[in-house]
Amino acid sequence: MDVFPIILVIAFFQLVIIQKPFPNLDHTLFGVVLVVIGLFIFILGLESALFPIGEKMANEFAIKGNAFWIILFGFSLGFSTTIAEPALSVIAGKAGGLAASAGAISNSNDSVASFVLGLRITVAFSVGLAIALGVLRILKGWPFIWFILAGYSLIVITTFFAPKEIIGIAYDSGGITTSTITVPLVAALGIGLASSIRGRNPILDGFGLIALASLSPIIFVLGYGIFVYGVGGS
Amino acid sequence: MNSETLNTLIDALGGTFLDILPIIIVLTFFQAVAIRKSIPHLKQKLTGLVMVVLGLAIFIVGLEECVFPIGTEMAQQLTDLNFLAHNDPITIEALKNASHIDPGVYLWTYVFAFFIGFSTTLAEPALIAVAYKARDITTGAISAWGLRISVALGVAAGVTLGVYRIVMGNPLHYYIVAGYAFLLIQTCFAPKQIVPLAYDSGGVTTSTVTVPLIAALGIGLASSVPGRSPLIDGFGLIAFASLFPMITVMAYAMISEKLTKRNANV
Repeated sequence: MDVFPIILVIAFFQLVIIQKPFPNLDHTLFGVVLVVIGLFIFILGLESALFPIGEKMANEFAIKGNAFWIILFGFSLGFSTTIAEPALSVIAGKAGGLAASAGAISNSNDSVASFVLGLRITVAFSVGLAIALGVLRILKGWPFIWFILAGYSLIVITTFFAPKEIIGIAYDSGGITTSTITVPLVAALGIGLASSIRGRNPILDGFGLIALASLSPIIFVLGYGIFVYGVGGS
Repeated sequence: MNSETLNTLIDALGGTFLDILPIIIVLTFFQAVAIRKSIPHLKQKLTGLVMVVLGLAIFIVGLEECVFPIGTEMAQQLTDLNFLAHNDPITIEALKNASHIDPGVYLWTYVFAFFIGFSTTLAEPALIAVAYKARDITTGAISAWGLRISVALGVAAGVTLGVYRIVMGNPLHYYIVAGYAFLLIQTCFAPKQIVPLAYDSGGVTTSTVTVPLIAALGIGLASSVPGRSPLIDGFGLIAFASLFPMITVMAYAMISEKLTKRNANV
């Protein structure tokens, strides 16, 4: 049911607007069957493994009451899942090619590779930092909106100094860092933590980790752009 | 199933496994060093993890093999000058040389952007996961469908506006900063409970399904509109798609709160 609207949109545009018949229809239908089966298995696995594991660990940490370990856990989870994120590798690769063609770095494979790696580490670090900060926020019960206000102000200020070649990539990098497997786990961590600490409301305090993890890469990638291209760009 | 599809399945399994491997390492390390307890129902959890990897891999293969090629091709066809000019050579020349681009020419691209943004978001596994969580902890006050539809509407509106921006060639940050300003003002009036969830929904919408299709649309469009650079103008659609759901989710909460109050007064 979840993919039905996509099929409808594609069929409408193909047949009514572009007015060409479907190229290999049976192949496409086979793909749709795969999508439906895959989604079904994924959600079953989510409910029986990822959600309970995330919540159980958050729960154990809360009982132990050791802030250091849980903040370190938040950082490691954010850093390690982001560095492996395939979508990030693709975008970082594109940014590397762009920087080389703009002359910001030399056009050899080595320097492009080190630029790309630098970018991926920057993003992974910023996601780790964001989740660690978000966990600290849940522990302390600080209002969520402070972080959002501070984050947006930083983005606006940094954009002002950033080269225009990096702005699009930086703003996009906020959205692509949180993958399909990270999101359920991080959501379970936040909600599990907020449910286990007395005086915290799971709705008010449990959500918000993903928001911070989408916000901080923007700031750090803009900063990386300034570092590589110089203030305002070439 | 032909051998090509099988190869893609193996690639997708490897990719998904690589995606989950760091998570397993981190979980195991902290379980062993910090918590120092064995995991209860270990067998059931492992089976669940295998299902997550397998399900996601099958899902991705289905999309990449069969759904994306059509979507990408369609984005190219809709932005193709020949299609826009109805194959009329004089109109093609006029479009190429026009100093001012008439945004109306790309009408079908906007319509396509809206509906593809909406429909791909509904199929996004990460959003389904968060919507279930939200429904469970609010014991149904936030319905999973209500949340998903408002997020999908947000992505649809965001992508449409983002496509318009590419056609016009305006700087991305004007739109995004204006969006932030609107969002912050709206936050002051929104029910307090929804705020963190609304901000989260910006990040969860753009994953496996939406990102590849939308990125292809943006880069395809920026390559075909005269005077646009794919590198400067092609990016940014994902930023729009992450910003607008926050606005629509808060709007959804504001509307449903109003309705509940009105019903309570009657």
